Amino acid sequence: MADHTTTRAGEAHGSSKSYLTGFFLCAILTIIPFMLVMNPVFSRPATLLIMVAFAVAQIVIQLVYFLHMNRSSEGGWNLISFVFTLVILFIIVALSIWIIWSMHFHMMSS
Amino acid sequence: MTTLAKTMPLTGDFPRHRASAPAHHSGDAHHHASLHEEHTHGQGSMKVLGMWVYLMSDCILFGSLFASYAVLSGAFAGGPTGQELFSLPFILVETFVLLFSSITYGYAMLALHRHNKTGVLQWLSVTFLLGAIFIGMEIYEFHHLISSGAGPTRSAYLSSFFALVGTHGLHVAAGLIWMGVLIHQVKRRGLTDNNVTRLSCLSLFWHFLDLVWICVFTFVYLFGVF
Repeated sequence: MADHTTTRAGEAHGSSKSYLTGFFLCAILTIIPFMLVMNPVFSRPATLLIMVAFAVAQIVIQLVYFLHMNRSSEGGWNLISFVFTLVILFIIVALSIWIIWSMHFHMMSS
Repeated sequence: MTTLAKTMPLTGDFPRHRASAPAHHSGDAHHHASLHEEHTHGQGSMKVLGMWVYLMSDCILFGSLFASYAVLSGAFAGGPTGQELFSLPFILVETFVLLFSSITYGYAMLALHRHNKTGVLQWLSVTFLLGAIFIGMEIYEFHHLISSGAGPTRSAYLSSFFALVGTHGLHVAAGLIWMGVLIHQVKRRGLTDNNVTRLSCLSLFWHFLDLVWICVFTFVYLFGVF
């Protein structure tokens, strides 16, 4: 009874290999933007875009390799709640930036 | 009971636990034991899903902090900018300490799946140590900023910086306390069902903090310096 341990997150728990893969991918995705900031080789907008893209890629990799999120974990409820949260996050973050920026713009220009 | 039957299959891992329940009991005892197993497993699974829902609401908390940081990221009030304040190599080390702690926690979970109590305790201790180093580095950084006159009262930019990074730091500190308690619990009671659930919840929490840190690293430090 006491040593009957099964995973609780409903996840297909990873293997040592999948954790290492995730770790190396994350390390690369951390170091490249760091190098790009320390020694800029691309134009400013391109570098900013690369940094955002790498951050998003790293988040997805961690969700898959570390949090073991997939369509079947918890019968899909993990994924559904996560997508819902993304929608809310978009509304909060993108729209507040938009609203405040345009308010600032109109107040400065008048 | 009907509501239980209706809601439980939604968590998706009932059949799996039924299949993985030990099959070498006999007669009534077996029937009773497997029912009991299913019940506790269903509860444990619901708790982990509840933890996930909490993390999603935490996402929204951090989202609001990120939004206010983005809005105030130009409000220096004549004070220092991110470029003057941050030392990126220091932050990179911090990032890697947290990433390492994430993977060592993963190894603790792997040891848990092998029912290896010593392994769980060892990996948890390593994770705890790395988390403590991270917090130590963050306290050092904050102390350095505040003592050089760049405290949260200096500008709106710095207020939002301290609010965002400080909230993340508080989460990590809370995770460390939780981990300390769990190390003690596993030492005393072993890998009981309750402890497995707790370790799974903390696993989600700990990896989630690393996710948030990626955003902090990119949007606060890299964008701030670039």
